[in-house]
Amino acid sequence: MSVVTGLRPKSPAERLLATNSWLVFAFFYAPIVVLVVFSFNANENVGIWTEPSLRWYREVFRDEAVMGALRNSLIVAAISTTVATILGTMAALALERFRFRGQRVYDGLLYLPIIIPEVTMAVMLLLFFAQGFQWLDGAIGWSPTFGIGTISLSHIAFNISFVTVVVRARLGQLDPRLEEAAADLYATRWQAFRGITLPLILPGVAGGALLALTLSLDDVVITNFVAGPGSTTLPVYVFGLVRRGVTPLINAVSVIMLAASMVLVAVSFGFQRGSRGRVPESMAEDG
Amino acid sequence: MAAAVALQGVSKAFGDVYAVRELDLAIRDGEFFSLLGPSGCGKTTTLRMIAGFEFPTEGSLQIHGVEMALQPPNERPVNTVFQSYALFPHMTVEENVGFGLRMKKVGGTEIAERVKRALDMVRLSHRATAAPKQLSGGQQQRVALARALVNEPEVLLLDEPLGALDLKLRQAMQTELKDLQARVGITFVYVTHDQGEALTMSDRIGVMHEGRLLQVGTPQEIYERPTSRFVAGFIGEINLLPATVIDHDSVRLAGGRLVAAATGVAPGSEVTVALRPERLELYGVNEVIPTNLNTVRGRVTRRVYFGDVFFYDIDTTDGVIEVKEENRPGVDLHEIGEEAVVAWDPAASTVVER
Repeated sequence: MSVVTGLRPKSPAERLLATNSWLVFAFFYAPIVVLVVFSFNANENVGIWTEPSLRWYREVFRDEAVMGALRNSLIVAAISTTVATILGTMAALALERFRFRGQRVYDGLLYLPIIIPEVTMAVMLLLFFAQGFQWLDGAIGWSPTFGIGTISLSHIAFNISFVTVVVRARLGQLDPRLEEAAADLYATRWQAFRGITLPLILPGVAGGALLALTLSLDDVVITNFVAGPGSTTLPVYVFGLVRRGVTPLINAVSVIMLAASMVLVAVSFGFQRGSRGRVPESMAEDG
Repeated sequence: MAAAVALQGVSKAFGDVYAVRELDLAIRDGEFFSLLGPSGCGKTTTLRMIAGFEFPTEGSLQIHGVEMALQPPNERPVNTVFQSYALFPHMTVEENVGFGLRMKKVGGTEIAERVKRALDMVRLSHRATAAPKQLSGGQQQRVALARALVNEPEVLLLDEPLGALDLKLRQAMQTELKDLQARVGITFVYVTHDQGEALTMSDRIGVMHEGRLLQVGTPQEIYERPTSRFVAGFIGEINLLPATVIDHDSVRLAGGRLVAAATGVAPGSEVTVALRPERLELYGVNEVIPTNLNTVRGRVTRRVYFGDVFFYDIDTTDGVIEVKEENRPGVDLHEIGEEAVVAWDPAASTVVER
């Protein structure tokens, strides 16, 4: 019996494909590497490397404008993620488990924020708030201002769609008989939801919430339109700094944001993957 | 005493499509009742109305004399075994079985006791802490049964519970289910499209077709005295010969032969004579045939060997008649191409509508 040792020599086509994939990876990640490396640069000038240092990271945490923007970002992200996750999950349940008038229209409209250009949504929201505030002022003498409130509402508006998509995918795999079985075993609607439906769609809900959190923390365009004076979020603040010239401070802020995003995405993937094996095939396919 | 389940004039429409039409049915206390019919006949919708997953568009539905037509499922004294079992995947076997008792706020020690007894009953005590997906199909089926029976329902509803199992296991479970029903004495309402299953397990069967309940009776009545052409054709093998009624005890077959058969309709009516292949006998042309038997002469066109029986196709002027003859000493073999006489006792035939 012969034993095969070593690998079959690679054909030219295989070599070409391998090279190509390395090039693509380089194209994706080279800028990130440059950013990360230069964020540890001691020099005042972005492009000139002198020696490694944590100087700019210290500056970031000392800079009050940056910290204020970060605080705003976190507040907006917390509010919009919580509200959008609850509303988005409810929308997914309504669409998957009930039949009602205008369902198809509602279904279509729900995905609009995902499809339309971000800048269009930004202008729409700006106009909406401006008109709304004017009307409120005239009607009841209350004139709210642009700020954390408007940013949060805007983020809720686009995040609902994303949460709904993710939760619906999960609900679609769930045998509707499970909820009937719960009702058959004397559970009220609420008990069936708490005891059966929610635990089984929780990975989807958590995935949707993390997606919403990431989108909220990253948003520039819409936030830029609906932010008021003194209420910028971190990405909007960075965007503003860049226009005045790139400083090493931006590098450090960007690396922090990048790291946070990557952690969120990784956790989100973990939820979705960990959940896949939990619904046995026999239950999923009978639905 | 009130019936376990009584349906009166029950109809169910989805949009303008009627799944069930004007159904009247009384299921007796403690009986094993099967709803039998092809898919789309309304049997599952009927079961789902009893469970409370669907509400009748019209009619009355009573469980032990209490009107339940519009009660939600959690307020009905019935439990269901689903075709897909619908076990809760995030709970262990014992948590699944105890779910109904927890919802009813039964005390913790009593729940533990009853769950243990229910699992003993289906012989799954050793898998109490397993997750449903770790069990085989047959075991999942038994967990679903235990989860329903532990609540001691007034009526147990079973929606094709054996459909997902393979043949061997299905036959074993049929016996087990029937024994279980006899032991616990709970009324079973069993939905199936498998006539063999219905015949072997049921005390009574209701045959449904296109939303209507065509006939209710014991397995023997359904098999031997079908009242409609559909019921005759749906259950078992049968020959359906077109005929015209002559008087109350004879008909003329399409080929012109006059045969004796009890008819309940006016002379001149077009009817169908239904004959079970195993109730027919095959004679050689020179044999002496008892005079009280109906006879039709023809030619053997096919013979199929099944081990214990032979199936013959006899081509006659009244149509092709299938005959089932036992493979045992004393029963003559007939060759293809041979002339033969099909004979039967008039009492073995049933006359149904055309």
